[in-house]
Amino acid sequence: MQSWIPLVPESASSFSWKVDALYFYLSGVTLFFALLISGMVIFFVIRYRRRTPYEIPRPIAGSHKLETLWTVIPFIIAMTMFGWGARIYFEQYKPPANAIEVYVVGKQWMWKLQHATGQREINELHVPVGRKIKLIMTSEDVIHDFFVPAFRTKADVVPGRYTTLWFEPTKPGTYHLFCAEYCGMNHSGMTGSVIVMEPREFDNWLSGNTGSMTPATAGQQLYQTLGCASCHGANGEGGRGPTLAGAFGKMTPLQDGGSVRVDEPYIRESILNPQAKIVAGFGPIMPTFQGQVSEDQLVQLMAYIKSLQAGGQTTPATAASPAQSSSPANAPSPTRNIR
Amino acid sequence: MATEATAPEIHGHRSLQHHFENMEQQREAGTLGMWVFLVTEIMFFGGMFLAYTLYRSLYPAAFASASNHLDITLGAVNTGVLILSSFTMAMAVYFTQIGKRRPQVLCLLLTLLLGLTFLGIKAVEYHDKYEDRLIPGRLIPGHSFNPQVQQEGQPVDPHKLHLLPGATVEKVEMFYWIYFAMTGMHALHMIIGAGLLTFLLIFSLKGRFDPEYHSPVEVIGLYWHFVDIVWIFLFPLLYLLGRHLEHG
Amino acid sequence: MRAIESFEVPAPPRVNYINAQYGLKSWLLTKDHKRIALLYLGSITFFFFIGGLYAMMIRLELLTPQGDLLQSTTYNKVFTQHGIIMIFFFLIPSIPATLGNFLIPMMIGAKDLAFPRINLLSWYIYLLGGVITIYALLAGGVDTGWTFYTPFSTTFSNSYVVATGLGIFINGFSSILTGLNFIVTIHTMRAPGMTWFRMPLFLWSHYATSLIMILGTPVIAITVLLLAFERLAGVGIFNPALGGDPVLFQHLFWFYSHPAVYIMVLPSMGVISELIANFSRKNIFGYSFVAFSSLAIAVFGFLVWGHHLFVTPQSVYAGMIFSFLSFAVAIPSAIKVFNWTATLYKSSISYDTPMLYALGFIGLFTVGGMTGLFLASLAVDVHLSDTYFVVAHFHYIMVGGALMGYLGGLHYWWPKISGRMYPEGWGRFSALVIFVGFNLTFLPQFVAGYLGMPRRYHAYPPEFQVFNVLSTAGASILGFGMLIPAIYFVWSMRYGKHAEANPWHLPGLEWRTQSPPPTENFEETPIVTWDAYEFAPREETEVVGKFGPELERI
Repeated sequence: MQSWIPLVPESASSFSWKVDALYFYLSGVTLFFALLISGMVIFFVIRYRRRTPYEIPRPIAGSHKLETLWTVIPFIIAMTMFGWGARIYFEQYKPPANAIEVYVVGKQWMWKLQHATGQREINELHVPVGRKIKLIMTSEDVIHDFFVPAFRTKADVVPGRYTTLWFEPTKPGTYHLFCAEYCGMNHSGMTGSVIVMEPREFDNWLSGNTGSMTPATAGQQLYQTLGCASCHGANGEGGRGPTLAGAFGKMTPLQDGGSVRVDEPYIRESILNPQAKIVAGFGPIMPTFQGQVSEDQLVQLMAYIKSLQAGGQTTPATAASPAQSSSPANAPSPTRNIR
Repeated sequence: MATEATAPEIHGHRSLQHHFENMEQQREAGTLGMWVFLVTEIMFFGGMFLAYTLYRSLYPAAFASASNHLDITLGAVNTGVLILSSFTMAMAVYFTQIGKRRPQVLCLLLTLLLGLTFLGIKAVEYHDKYEDRLIPGRLIPGHSFNPQVQQEGQPVDPHKLHLLPGATVEKVEMFYWIYFAMTGMHALHMIIGAGLLTFLLIFSLKGRFDPEYHSPVEVIGLYWHFVDIVWIFLFPLLYLLGRHLEHG
Repeated sequence: MRAIESFEVPAPPRVNYINAQYGLKSWLLTKDHKRIALLYLGSITFFFFIGGLYAMMIRLELLTPQGDLLQSTTYNKVFTQHGIIMIFFFLIPSIPATLGNFLIPMMIGAKDLAFPRINLLSWYIYLLGGVITIYALLAGGVDTGWTFYTPFSTTFSNSYVVATGLGIFINGFSSILTGLNFIVTIHTMRAPGMTWFRMPLFLWSHYATSLIMILGTPVIAITVLLLAFERLAGVGIFNPALGGDPVLFQHLFWFYSHPAVYIMVLPSMGVISELIANFSRKNIFGYSFVAFSSLAIAVFGFLVWGHHLFVTPQSVYAGMIFSFLSFAVAIPSAIKVFNWTATLYKSSISYDTPMLYALGFIGLFTVGGMTGLFLASLAVDVHLSDTYFVVAHFHYIMVGGALMGYLGGLHYWWPKISGRMYPEGWGRFSALVIFVGFNLTFLPQFVAGYLGMPRRYHAYPPEFQVFNVLSTAGASILGFGMLIPAIYFVWSMRYGKHAEANPWHLPGLEWRTQSPPPTENFEETPIVTWDAYEFAPREETEVVGKFGPELERI
């Protein structure tokens, strides 16, 4: 136990000081008004205490000027808080383009994480300092919430959809990871740690944890064993089913005249409920894979589909995975040279 | 109560409760009370309308397929029956206000019968859905949701569910759950309404209402109209929307 | 300065609403709003002490970080049941069903509420809901949190969710009927001369509360009903496995449950307005601003539910709108606080127990309200949501706000309700103990929350222990403080000094009849010719400083 009581948790992400600054501003305003009101109340209570039992003070008319004053001033102060908070929030919810992606699956009562390079972790997340990390999260059962106080950020992990959370660690160390949404019996045991490492140490850690396949490679195997290739082509080039290579992130026209962006929720829906949104020009012939693929496997299929870029190009986030499969020309990025 | 009948007058009317100053105040309180109650009813149904709107926009094809399987004829007849009952209810209020007892009793009786007709037709519809195994989940134990799906090229069977492109049985089940929740809640209100009408009928036969004291008829009339209006929203939302996708 | 004149009060006749009739039946079948208020008072006190017992269990468990006193399953049930009992069976009915029920007809000069039978019915419905909930607790309890989030509550929880939900569903109708009765009564039953702007602010706040009750409660009723069906029949509006959306439940739940916070605190604000004005013998500064701010809170309160969903997959833009509106709803509360403070200026303040509660309320509510701004502020809420900061914030509103107002009001009107005085010395002492205990309990939780301690944790990392030890110490003081009024109120019913008709020397209508009042409240229907809080003739009104000359109608 420290000898003094801390007032703020450790600051370990690029959000930390921004949230802290706003927090101190809010605390200052609160303290000011709390002291102002209590000070005035205490002063009046002493100054205007009842001196004789039957005295009646003169009534006082209200004042529109005063009312306007104490409506407008708090409103302006509140708006500064709103604007400031909204600005940081917007930043927190706009995922950066060039982040390291980590897949997170929450279940009662553990966190299962997998790096794009294949390393699996349970209740622990190793990340390099100074890099933007984007978590793509879903839950196998109830709603959880991924909360790292030192990073000043959290997000719900909801079954049936993907939520994202990003942060940029700024200080090496080990930080608490909490589940912040009540999830049943062992809710308070669904904790872990986020370990922020220097890039070199992180590389060492990565290389010491080889052996498991990258999600994209595992997804490629699933793609073959589930028979996806028979309609979508061996490398996602399409056939009886729509082309997958290069489709991720783009808009695609639908049979019913609308269009949809090919993103994580859409791919998930199309695997579990293929009839929901059919790509224009194709028949409703795909069977559902509901109950046949787990959340983990969905994530792997998704990683594989993302890695299938038209013309053999790959996104940086999944750079390492196609190195073993479809695009051997791709060089691994410097921070993640595995093997 | 009827034995101590006295000539109706504004003050000291036999139906004036002790805590009201006069009949006017009592009537006002009763009517306002019912209006306030109807506001709560709107909010009560509102939750289900919200769920309906959300899932209709999320799963348009499944909702259209499921909606097409509803019996539009029975639905339309029921709509007519309810509108007619609203008319007879309004007439019952009118005849109470001008103090004509025989047409008042007749109109109340007609309203009650029309209400019961509605419930009868609804029961037939529910039974059809039961036969087609369209009762969602385990609402009826041992008879889970399991409709037969019309396959392409097979002869058309009205008991089979025809799925539009993009529709799944699972989302059809969602529609039927919302359908049963909304129409079931509506039917429950109809049953309560029928009970209230029975009570009115008995009191009307006893001659309890007169031009000075007619607020029970008026207040229950308001309730009855409200229940009708809910149906006026339910019918197009559940039966009509999306029908063109099948037939158009 | 003028001296007080004695208001004309009829000599106390012996018959009053308490001794007008005897026997259990005369109570259980009563249609008198005052007797129904007492029935409510007894039952909510019962639920308050059950809820308090759970609170003590929570605090004892959290004394050590390991979670060694209770098992996690038990702990989860304890905090769930603490929330359910305190919110649905104590806080929501507390002031409206007891003080509101007793005083609304008296303050407007009516003989009773508009629908006495419905009033009695609402108590029986409350009781039925309570009995079913107690059954659920005894049968095995419920562990979903009072928020019942899906899909945990529908598919995963292995506890008595349906029975508890049924209890809450039924109890909701009691709240709806109470609100309906109040609205109709205030609209149609006012005595001659009692115009809207002569009404005491207690009535304005109850009118606003009733609006929320009738508009919000049906939504939680249908939501809980759908939840129960979902659990029983395997249908799924909220079940992601069946194509449903679990976040829809949160939207519907908070559409009621956020305004429900105002159901708890608005009546308390009404009580505080009465206490501040009457114990400083002064008209409320800016009467109409305080009155309309109640309505503004009721209306805006319905537009801010999304601030409970800032960390869910709600759209960023929706989040911004909800954040903006949440800041806006803070303004009417700020207006009230400033006006109460201004009322004290140049007044004559007494230090009676009710006033101590009112002064405490102003301080605690300011802290509670201002910390609400932290949670309305998007980025800070992302860090703070589901931490102890939230727990501390809403306890400042619900205990520091709602409960303080309730206790203050109970002391203030106790002479009218029971015809006896409570012991003033003990009253002041317990008010002080409660204030100190409350702050010691919940102030440390703000810090623990910002440090990241999540709520609903049965065991926690040891660095948070110091805050929890402080909290538990405070809770013991608070619990002890709560016992004192419970004892002396009961004691005073038999041994207290007999109360005069108007022991505080006040102009309000409820003080112009005997204590306790007769069954029909007044000997004859009063005719109102004075404004609320009119201690001195209006001609003597003073215009303060340079802020004039436009006189507000007082």
